[in-house]
Amino acid sequence: MYDVVIIGAGVSGAASARELSRYKLKVCVVEKEEDVCCGTSKANSAIVHAGYDAATGSLMAKLNVEGNQMMEELSKELDFHFKKNGSLVVCLHEEEMPGLKELYDRGIANGVKDLRIIDREELVKLEPNIADEAVAALYAPTGGIVCPFGMNIAFAENAATNGVEFKFDTEVTGFEKKDNAWIVKTSQGDIETKYVVNAAGVYADKFHNMVSEDKIHITPRRGDYCLLDRSTEGFVTHTIFQLPSKFGKGVLVTPTVHGNTLVGPTAIDIEEKEGTNTTQEGIDELIKKAGTTVKGLPIRQVITSFAGLRAHEDGHEFRIGELKDAKGFIDCAGIESPGLTSAPAIGKMVAEILKELTGAEENPDFVATRKGILDPKTLSNEERAELIKEKPAYGNIICRCEMITEGEIIDAINRPLGAKSLDGVKRRTRAGMGRCQSGFCSPRTIEILARERGVDPAEITKSGGNSRIIVGINKDRI
Amino acid sequence: MLNYDIVIVGGGPAGLAAAVSAKRNGIESILVLERDKELGGILNQCIHNGFGLHTFKEELTGPEYAGRFIQQLEEEKIEYKLNTMVMDISENKVVTAMNREEGMFEIQAKAVILAMGCRERSRGALNIPGYRPAGVYSAGTAQRLVNMEGYMPGREVVILGSGDIGLIMARRMTLEGAKVKVVAELLPYSGGLKRNIVQCLDDFGIPLKLSHTVVDIDGKERVEGVTIAQVDENRRPIPGTEEHYTCDTLLLSCGLIPENEISSGLGVEMNPVTSGPVVNECLETNIEGVFACGNVLHVHDLVDFVSEEAKAAGKHAAEYIANGAKHIDSKAKDVPIIATEGARYTVPKTINPERMDEKHIVRFRVGDVYKNCYVSVYLNDKRVIHRKRPVVAPGEMEEVVLKKEELAAFPDLSQITVKIEEA
Repeated sequence: MYDVVIIGAGVSGAASARELSRYKLKVCVVEKEEDVCCGTSKANSAIVHAGYDAATGSLMAKLNVEGNQMMEELSKELDFHFKKNGSLVVCLHEEEMPGLKELYDRGIANGVKDLRIIDREELVKLEPNIADEAVAALYAPTGGIVCPFGMNIAFAENAATNGVEFKFDTEVTGFEKKDNAWIVKTSQGDIETKYVVNAAGVYADKFHNMVSEDKIHITPRRGDYCLLDRSTEGFVTHTIFQLPSKFGKGVLVTPTVHGNTLVGPTAIDIEEKEGTNTTQEGIDELIKKAGTTVKGLPIRQVITSFAGLRAHEDGHEFRIGELKDAKGFIDCAGIESPGLTSAPAIGKMVAEILKELTGAEENPDFVATRKGILDPKTLSNEERAELIKEKPAYGNIICRCEMITEGEIIDAINRPLGAKSLDGVKRRTRAGMGRCQSGFCSPRTIEILARERGVDPAEITKSGGNSRIIVGINKDRI
Repeated sequence: MLNYDIVIVGGGPAGLAAAVSAKRNGIESILVLERDKELGGILNQCIHNGFGLHTFKEELTGPEYAGRFIQQLEEEKIEYKLNTMVMDISENKVVTAMNREEGMFEIQAKAVILAMGCRERSRGALNIPGYRPAGVYSAGTAQRLVNMEGYMPGREVVILGSGDIGLIMARRMTLEGAKVKVVAELLPYSGGLKRNIVQCLDDFGIPLKLSHTVVDIDGKERVEGVTIAQVDENRRPIPGTEEHYTCDTLLLSCGLIPENEISSGLGVEMNPVTSGPVVNECLETNIEGVFACGNVLHVHDLVDFVSEEAKAAGKHAAEYIANGAKHIDSKAKDVPIIATEGARYTVPKTINPERMDEKHIVRFRVGDVYKNCYVSVYLNDKRVIHRKRPVVAPGEMEEVVLKKEELAAFPDLSQITVKIEEA
């Protein structure tokens, strides 16, 4: 019997797991995919929002600002990439200035620090490639960017190190209430637990509605993105939003923590909860809109496009708390933007709710820090030479686009909750994430994965399930 | 720090030929750096024949062709390092490289020859919509899996792009037991060699659909099908022309991109048309003593021409080391070669009439298919070459030969123009 079962190993679930591991609780995370960070958490804008967007007084606004304030220290504690690059909401028409002021006022009311409205002159100094039409901008120096995989994986690894169990390829199919416990029905059998945390992203409504009469509805809101090559680094240095107005919502243009440029997202409401396919219309719209706030966007440098689904709850509010008509079932639902930013605060809130409910004591063995995968690029040439002498795999480049060594890939596979698939390696090390999109390195990464895991190369998948790369050997069907 | 006269980045066909040539032109101290576990580059996975008709007057497979040059390299006792990645080259020609045994190390070179080759355009760069399942490979990745590792990447295959690797892989996959259903090509003409269309598609009854592209990819985990559609003259899909193919694999052969990240880091000037360095007739870049050859310079159709170009690069690098000063002096008289009216680019981009050999081959590609046209060369305003061609196409590299004596007849030569003229 577990104390807590968390459904979903996305960023909300992983953050909750990590915060719960501070207490003497038996916690298990169940995830239908083969790895952490496989849904909404892996395909989003990777922005740490300052907190001026959400309605004042909302839980969204509160957790956004809190999450933002926690992010820097947390990124050091758990060793993931974060950069406070500042964000700019660009106003393109003089007549929209009241809208910019409104946003400023809301930010102040939400407790966002250092906000100010800057004129065109200052804006051009900050961003030389800003559109000629830009008249002013709301400047939020507290805005930032984060590696979404890095943060999610860091939470999960740290949770695992502190004793949280993770069950992958385990799909929840239903619940049974038994005395003071829940039986969580899954594709891998029943799991008994005192408490359930529903952090299932776009599926959170499905699970909520299985246990509650107070129904909720979540719309998968698809966002298409284009990622540009690292050669575009420096095209913009801040995260650039367009001020939403009668002229449209626009798309953002932002650097990523790894030096790419990201443009997106579109916002297309769909029904299909697995509908992460990009469409021609979506990409066309994106490319058209991306040129609105900046000039000369090098869109031809695109290396990949992808789509993510925001878990948009009808009330556009985070729903975090124990359900009134289902005791012991805690929702962590409706986590859409600014969900990634809020994740540290969401985790804390979920843990506090459960601490209240369980009266659990603190875990004296809790280790708050986690060391990420060593990036040899951060070392001096001398240190790097020393490392290779000790571990020659760090001298063997596998991914030539991102210059990722065999040593990093081995580390990614063998650490807690290690990578099992090509995408797992990619999200942990960036091998395959560069301009050739794994064309060169995938056969070599397959080889390393098979060797380290002691399996046949044909069993290595792109992302679990039936996503095999190799389907047989030559002439096996002749 | 190690010291070599010439450091060659890449041990594929370009790097090998450049090394052998530099040695035969009198340079003793040469080092070839190869990132893979063996010399030969991408030729090692090109197990089909058709290589070497120009160079060796016989038909060889890729590994055989590479083998000939590797043998020459061994005979010339040229040093090389395998599994070695060049991380960076500084402007004063300090090459930083890395491997398992030596860790990070630096080499001071007097001259550098860039011979890193190219990579394939990925699905992402093509912006093909749909899901992102397993089963979408660039043709070269599939070629490596099948030819070097013996693995089948799929059973039922659709190929987008009729570049040579895609055509070759249509045949390869068929011979290994896969069903290749169709090759779709965005353009109204194929980007591959005519002989490959005949030998790899026609001979196996594989349809080639010109002016078609992939508009959707189905399958969440593994490809389950793709939808292709006809495109209009602006290369936009025409609604209503969609056709669905059930398949588990989509191979992409949609162009090659020279791999110039190291060159860019070094400050080498690039030609946006080729994505390769801008070079003079010595194949020297804007950075003195840094040369480029092979697919890193511009993507070739035939390895024979890569070897020929690399041989020239090796020779010029050797000359540069022997008499650098004179080499620099003559630079002032470089004449630009302008590619226009159908010609997209030329390699080289400048030529020095005084320094050049008796004859110099200028290679270029056209931007479209032209029938019954003339390839023309103008020295200033005077047309000196007017060669009739029944057909020229972007998939087949063109050449013109410039003669030193002809150029010498124009003492005030300010530009050379290469263009396609209608009959």
